[in-house]
Amino acid sequence: DRSSGPRVSDTELRVYKDPSKDELPLLPEELVQDSAKDVTYICPFIGPVRGSLTVTNYRLFFRCTDREPVFGLDLPLGGLSRVEKIGAASSRGDVSYGVVCKDMRNLRFVHKEPENSLKKSVFEVLMKFAFPVSNNMSLFAFEYKQVFPENGWKVYDPLAEYKRQGLPNESWRISKVNDHYELCDSYPATLFVPVTITDEELRRVSSFRAKGRIPVLSWIHPESQAAVVRASQTMVGQNGRRCKEDEKLLQAIMDANAQSHKLFIFDARPSVNAAANKMKGGGFESEDAYQNAELVFLDIHNIHVMRESLRKLKDVVYPNIEESHWLSNLESTHWLEHIKLILAGALRIADKVESGKTSVVVHCSDGWDRTPQLTSLALIMLDSHYRTIRGFQILLEKEWLSFGHRFQQRVGHGDKNHTDADRSPIFLQFIDCVWQMTRQFPAAFEFNEYFLITILDHLYSCLFGTFLCNSEQQRLKEEVPKRTVSLWSFVNSQLEEFVNPLYVHYPSHVLFPTVGIRHLQLWVSYYIRWNPRMRPQEPVHQRYKELLAKRAELQKRVEELQREAANRMASSSSERAGSPTRSITPVQTFV
Amino acid sequence: MLSLGSGGAKSTKPSFVSYVTPEEIKSEKDPPKQEKHPDLLPGEVEFCSANPILKYTQDDLSQRGVFGTLFCTNFRVTFISDEKPQEKTDKTFKNKLYGENDIPLMCVDHIYGVYDEKRKLITGGLVKNKYPSKMIIHCKDLRVFQFSLTFSKEEDAKKIFQGIAHHCLEEKSLKCVFAFSYMGTPSPGTDLSFCREMQWKQETVMFDSPEDWTQEMKRTKANCRLVTENENFELSQRLPKYFVIPLTIGDLFSYQGKGLPIWCWSHYSGCALFKASFPPVTQEDGDFQKHLDTMINAVAHNHLYSVKTEDLSESLPNIQDIQQSYNKFKQFFLIENSTDFWLSDVKWFSSLESSGWLDIIRQCLQKAVEVVECLEKDNTNVLITEEEGTDLCCVISSLAQIMLDPYYRTLMGFQSLVQKEWVAGCHAFLDRCNHLHQKDKEVIIACSFLPVSSDAILQPEKSPLAQSGPLSCPTVWDWSVQFDSKAQNFFFNPLYLEKVKHDRAVRKPHKPKHQRNLSLPSTAFKTPPKKGFFKDETDSLKKMLRVKRLSRWRGSPDAPTATTREFFESWQHRPLDYHGLLLPCLDGPAVHIWMQRYLRWIPEVYILGGGSVAVMTKLMELLSQVQDLKRVLEQRDSSQAAKLDHRPYFQHRLLSFDSSGRLSSSFPFAYTCYRSFKPIIPTGLMQSLMVTDSLASQEDEASSVVSFV
Repeated sequence: DRSSGPRVSDTELRVYKDPSKDELPLLPEELVQDSAKDVTYICPFIGPVRGSLTVTNYRLFFRCTDREPVFGLDLPLGGLSRVEKIGAASSRGDVSYGVVCKDMRNLRFVHKEPENSLKKSVFEVLMKFAFPVSNNMSLFAFEYKQVFPENGWKVYDPLAEYKRQGLPNESWRISKVNDHYELCDSYPATLFVPVTITDEELRRVSSFRAKGRIPVLSWIHPESQAAVVRASQTMVGQNGRRCKEDEKLLQAIMDANAQSHKLFIFDARPSVNAAANKMKGGGFESEDAYQNAELVFLDIHNIHVMRESLRKLKDVVYPNIEESHWLSNLESTHWLEHIKLILAGALRIADKVESGKTSVVVHCSDGWDRTPQLTSLALIMLDSHYRTIRGFQILLEKEWLSFGHRFQQRVGHGDKNHTDADRSPIFLQFIDCVWQMTRQFPAAFEFNEYFLITILDHLYSCLFGTFLCNSEQQRLKEEVPKRTVSLWSFVNSQLEEFVNPLYVHYPSHVLFPTVGIRHLQLWVSYYIRWNPRMRPQEPVHQRYKELLAKRAELQKRVEELQREAANRMASSSSERAGSPTRSITPVQTFV
Repeated sequence: MLSLGSGGAKSTKPSFVSYVTPEEIKSEKDPPKQEKHPDLLPGEVEFCSANPILKYTQDDLSQRGVFGTLFCTNFRVTFISDEKPQEKTDKTFKNKLYGENDIPLMCVDHIYGVYDEKRKLITGGLVKNKYPSKMIIHCKDLRVFQFSLTFSKEEDAKKIFQGIAHHCLEEKSLKCVFAFSYMGTPSPGTDLSFCREMQWKQETVMFDSPEDWTQEMKRTKANCRLVTENENFELSQRLPKYFVIPLTIGDLFSYQGKGLPIWCWSHYSGCALFKASFPPVTQEDGDFQKHLDTMINAVAHNHLYSVKTEDLSESLPNIQDIQQSYNKFKQFFLIENSTDFWLSDVKWFSSLESSGWLDIIRQCLQKAVEVVECLEKDNTNVLITEEEGTDLCCVISSLAQIMLDPYYRTLMGFQSLVQKEWVAGCHAFLDRCNHLHQKDKEVIIACSFLPVSSDAILQPEKSPLAQSGPLSCPTVWDWSVQFDSKAQNFFFNPLYLEKVKHDRAVRKPHKPKHQRNLSLPSTAFKTPPKKGFFKDETDSLKKMLRVKRLSRWRGSPDAPTATTREFFESWQHRPLDYHGLLLPCLDGPAVHIWMQRYLRWIPEVYILGGGSVAVMTKLMELLSQVQDLKRVLEQRDSSQAAKLDHRPYFQHRLLSFDSSGRLSSSFPFAYTCYRSFKPIIPTGLMQSLMVTDSLASQEDEASSVVSFV
């Protein structure tokens, strides 16, 4: 039953077939906190609608009462970035509230102030429950206790994943140096490093790398043994500090790959910014210190530039689109240019590993924003496993969650401080890049667009524990895996919703996307999904599914007939040798 | 080594005289001294040739090339490589008449000569002087060829250059067009699919006989009059031999047919779409104005005395504007090297916008939707007019018909529509293609907005055969002339839902019977529309018509009238019926450029192993499996009435590829499928995004204090 599941609505307004029924779909442990009648929702697309507003500890629910068909708004409170009163009360006592959402929309309500001034208005209740962290309450994820057939916390087992890659081997070993997060509190416990480097040397390296994020292995090419290694910037500083152990480590990474006598270091930043970091003690690998290494800057901008770019994009797409300047407005947001730069960076990394058989080290400043964008995209290009539904989950668990992308800071779960400069749509940008790749290679990914949108919706919803906290260490400390449900429990319990019907599994295919702006598109069904006019004209995937169903049905009928025929032949064995059952090539089913 | 990122890839101007010196070529060339000649088509004559000519390969950053011989014939410019043809690349979609290195003369758009590193547009006058070191040919189908002439003998080079320039650029008479010399006929019985091909050909209605028009009137239940008086073009040279007009028009012979409303299509409610040539009327010309009013009156009489007229030259950009926009637009695709590509990539969206092309497309579609609204919602007759009546009228009427009539979304239907509205409809192809070169694209582009409903997804370039095709020549619809049956498979959209009644399995959603009726609540058949009931009194009629003409249709193209918006939205709220009305979404983000048409020759945008062909492969595989299974069932289950599938058999194995050779996204147009499997790394990224505000220099981390509660 879909209505009871934690599905985030994909269109703004849900239409209810039976308005007489109370259709507020409460989740386990979800409790109504307050509700108010006579609230007006100022819909930017159809104008003002009157109805009732309900606030639970998980969601905001608006149900219109004055229209046919009856419809409603249903959104998780985690998606709210800001709730505020707009202006003073009008002469009639109406107060206007603005709700800014993290998912590219703004809502506006008009409501009468309660006459009894002691009673809290529904919007004050909303403000309290929308930002539980700021109000010393726990996130709904810690309350939600739905049980799913599969436990999503078991999806990622680091040792199993590295084993799939053939690790450990003669060149790479597991290090226990970070078992208790002492070396680096934002790194995972399981680290893979070259066998020739001791734990003691790693400790020295950690003091030379920002936040102790030493170069460790992310992925290894099954044939060439070229490795993708991730790190943070070196703490070179103005004086040009060096670190013998760090130099030795990079040499060891190079030596672990017999195919190449070179190492590429990809610094995600623009060179100007990398150089500016020297003033603050950071910097990048100098060519004197690192023989045989070539440093390449990828010109990707920082979190603040990205945040600003998305803000501009929202201005351009919501609520109304200026028809005559749509393209130049889109260009002025630079959003797709940033996407292009990230994809181009990942492409260069994948090219060096695949075509050049060379190992690469990837870092930015701290190695937790641009670095996971680049490594995980390069991995998707290189390794078809990460293009499956489960493989993609593993990729996120590994490159983003275990390696400490600061989800709490970047998203600001339950935090009312919407101006926090640490917020930035880094993960959204990555998912957008993945979407661009699925557009270019429509048959190469096992998952569909809805899967990506679901991940983004639950990035904000705070229903699942997956994207809470900033690091593996924090998640363990908060007992997130014990106290919350994983998003993958939900996803893997209804996989058929997320499957790309046209998926073809080619095990060894490397994907090199085309990164020109000409081939990039704005992800309309995410960024402009609230605009009813932009709804897809035709559900093509529905046709694909029908086709697959048709094939399955015919297959079944053919098999039945074959069985019948076989039976008949067996029963009348004396008959002349009839035409043998024409063998049907077994048809693979991907669904 | 420290390289500064993408800045390290310098944007050097490619210098083409590079890897091979002429001496080297000579020595290489000597052993296989055999003359090569193109396989001439019947009626094709070779004019001149030169060897060795270096043809630059476009898909390679190294700017290398291939040596070979360049020919000029009365049909094409063609290049034959000296190198042995490589491993046969995927030629599934091969054009039998001309290949990768053939440029039909009619397809040449511009020729540039490079003289001492300077590029000059070649016009008649320049030809007589010296010949350039390099010749760049821009084609109308947006291919770009670059030939170096420096390696061959001076007189040869001069001759071939002058020959090509002469035959491509000089004015010539219609009789010189190759279609008149072409003697080719498809050899019958070559393969089994021939019968089917014949069937296709026969199904395309040519609209060159009274029967075709009668049949079409019958199909749409039109109540109009067929005019045969123009059989010998006595009435007007600008009108078709046969055409259809409203019943009440008696006088055919005044004003050379100007103002005569030509019937296009009838809605099932009885109202119809007409088009007419309305020259601008001056104040003094009262008689002519009266004539036009009579004509409008006649249209109104067709159904319920209501008509809406629309002067397209007033509400849409004129053909000069459109041509100008297209000229600007097409420059974005005539890309000679990789550096240019990446430089222009940065400002892609704003340059696209500044060309105005997509906006024109949108305006045309918008206008067509308005026409559809009148017919479908108001059940009002529509008369669209412009000065000639054969340019924008054709665009709008054919677009409206595609939206309204599912028949025109089938391959045969689409071909018939082009015949009806464009060929028989007297669109000036000869003028427009040579000088304006413009109109037919509009229709083609428009079709891409209905990609799944339109069968004509792979509308290939038309050869000059058709562009000037008098009826004695083979018509372009006989695709077997150009493509073998396998390649013709690609014309079909595998997802197209045929309107089949007996097959319940595929289409679960039940369809009501009156399908065309489904999309909107149209006013009942005999109820007069709210605004359009007129008494049969000419004076008041005229007055009211005039009022209508001024008020209803004056919407600026930028702001579609609120009612049209409403019309779209109410359509959108109904369940989609593939065999009913289809309306395009015209909001900015929904209108895209047609990548496969415009970018197909540019290697930088090829996606190896991706693109729509990847979906196509999978779909064809699925469909052929379904067909196989059906066939087996039919054989087994003789009791089942063997309803043969009329659709072409999808030979998916043609497309299935093993892991070594992946198709490129521009399949079937790009011939270089097996190019080195290397990604295309953009250059010049540094210029692309200079964020100069303070944000860029801010520290990555605002604070390192972690607070998790």
